[in-house]
Amino acid sequence: MSSEKGYKLLQGNEACVEGALAAGMKFFAGYPITPSTEVMELSAQKLPQYGGKFIQMEDEIASMAAIIGASLTGLKSMTATSGPGFSLKQENFGYAVMSEVPCVVVNVQRGGPSTGLPTSPAQGEIMQAKWGTHGDHPVIALTPGSVQETYEMTIEAFNLAEKYRTPVIMLMDETIGHMREKLIFKDPSDIKIENRKKPNCKPEEYLAYKADEDMIPPMANFGEGYRYHVTGLTHDETGFPTNNNEISGELIKRLSNKVNNNIDDIAYYEEYKLEDAEIVVIAFGGVSRSAKSAIDEMRSQGMKIGLFRPITIWPFLETQINSVADKAKEIYVAEMNLGQYFYEVDRVAGKKCPVKKINKVNGELITPKEIIDAVKGGK
Amino acid sequence: MNTNCSDITQNYYRVDKLPHIWCPGCGHGTLVNTVVRAIDKLGLNKDEVVIVSGIGCSSRAPGYLDFNTLHTTHGRALAFATGIKHANPKLHVIVIMGDGDSSAIGGNHLIHAARRNIDITTIVFNNNIYGMTGGQYSPTTPYGDFATTAPYGNIDKPFDLCNLAKGAGATYVGRGTAYHAPLMQKLIENGLQNKGFSFIEGISLCPTYYGRKNKKGDVVNMHNFLKDNCVDKKVVDKVPEKGENKIIIGELYKEPKPEYTESYKVIIDKFQE
Ligand SMILES: Cc1ncc(C[n+]2csc(CCOP(=O)(O)OP(=O)(O)O)c2C)c(N)n1
Ligand code: SF4
Repeated sequence: MSSEKGYKLLQGNEACVEGALAAGMKFFAGYPITPSTEVMELSAQKLPQYGGKFIQMEDEIASMAAIIGASLTGLKSMTATSGPGFSLKQENFGYAVMSEVPCVVVNVQRGGPSTGLPTSPAQGEIMQAKWGTHGDHPVIALTPGSVQETYEMTIEAFNLAEKYRTPVIMLMDETIGHMREKLIFKDPSDIKIENRKKPNCKPEEYLAYKADEDMIPPMANFGEGYRYHVTGLTHDETGFPTNNNEISGELIKRLSNKVNNNIDDIAYYEEYKLEDAEIVVIAFGGVSRSAKSAIDEMRSQGMKIGLFRPITIWPFLETQINSVADKAKEIYVAEMNLGQYFYEVDRVAGKKCPVKKINKVNGELITPKEIIDAVKGGK
Repeated sequence: MNTNCSDITQNYYRVDKLPHIWCPGCGHGTLVNTVVRAIDKLGLNKDEVVIVSGIGCSSRAPGYLDFNTLHTTHGRALAFATGIKHANPKLHVIVIMGDGDSSAIGGNHLIHAARRNIDITTIVFNNNIYGMTGGQYSPTTPYGDFATTAPYGNIDKPFDLCNLAKGAGATYVGRGTAYHAPLMQKLIENGLQNKGFSFIEGISLCPTYYGRKNKKGDVVNMHNFLKDNCVDKKVVDKVPEKGENKIIIGELYKEPKPEYTESYKVIIDKFQE
């Protein structure tokens, strides 16, 4: 566990590593890419100091594979990347979903598509985070809005991964990754740590993919005496491939439901000056900071405006957005893409009030003024 | 050590998963057996053996074997295996892959695992074809041979997988065949005992696609071809002419070098004082 105490001025990317270490990360595999590289560099430096392992793999595909392998032996594992690397990880990300291997994948978004704008902020992977790999699958993705929150949410990312036996995405943006702020370290005794549920049956009786009531199967680690089979093929409770239609359908539904039926447990969000707000801005990550100053400014002019900031961006916070829409007269979704989260919000809120987009894709953060102009102009 | 065939089967195979999916006469079954017999000969603890594969006919092998087994994505077995070995160096990590799996889509992982000299024993079941997808040419299909995607003869030049592994940094390299099963077993035993990246090519047979497309005759003919055309390196070392136009089998290369997880342990140990 990380022994850092007190506080330090750190980048979001560095805070991510501190959070990971505090959560018990013991393995990191990666391939460098801007703007996520500091996550990898600090992991290389710190992991061996805490008895953990680091490895620089030959590419992002291999890095994703390596953390799955490491997690199967029981080590809490993480990788970090940006845009093009996130695309490469998708096939094995799906493998982790299917084989229910806990791990954390950090994506510090940059401008895209393709190699795009390597050093500029963007939020273009909102939909890729959800649907980047093939097939129907659940996704947990968190979008921190500050350095402190990056630290705390990385701890939560590991906890959710272990608890739900699934990969969890830290969906950051360059603004958050590279911004420096004061980080106050938590006292280890104040950190709640989740660990994967272990089987308590005899090895011969272990059915590696037989889920408990909570839809999550206990997980034995390789080397502990439970010899079992792991595959990316559709499998039954024993873990072996099956073509049985009923079993196949049930597996995909269980994988989805174990996350989607627990949204309340996974839901992190912030409501800022929302109590009497008639106009609501929805923004996350770096953009939420511009939104806050825009709201403060408009409040000082007497406007009833507030912010709803999803931190858990997937699964979609349907209940929360619904109640925001019940009270709002107008909703603006501000994001550094051409409107990815907007469509989800519009699906839920669109029938209740007008939902409008504020978008920017030129490699710059959306400014407070742009939000104010959009809201005042009613665009 | 179990010499009796049924003891081997009972001890190391998941008998409830049999019969296997391989075609009659496929070389993969024999090669899997050499892996199991090597493990048995060395008396490895079953709980400490992990078998990892990619995707392909050959890569179905781990499903039949009673160890910790991981059937991964196409070409990526060595990357998964690297994570396992680095995370827990106590485990004996064995990777089984096809020629397409290991040298086309997974070629980069192969050279880098070899370069790191991480202690993994890699066994490639080389049938010179993509079996599972129905007979397309692979990076080891001989020049001029036929495949569903080489209907006019293959103009790609084939890889010598053993040379590739050696060049990339493997510290133990050997080649056996499905016909020379005792040799194959011995090479795997040696590979398992080598502290570092061991690469063993097992020449396999795919009568269903490669054999039929290239008029190699029946399975017996295909075995006879291996019998008549392979020469052990030890023989060639003494009488070089005997190796002309032949496939060289046996122990091809051995050279100890620092192993990856041990080198990393030195770094960790610095901080434990
Ligand atoms: C990303 C990806 N691409 C393609 C495939 C399809 N595929 C499955 S097995 C295979 C080839 C297997 O050939 P080889 O590795 O030589 O093994 P064999 O079946 O001959 O034993 C291919 C191309 C896949 N599963 N995944
Ligand atoms: S297709 Fe070829 S490689 Fe695959 S099982 Fe049949 S004979 Fe073996």
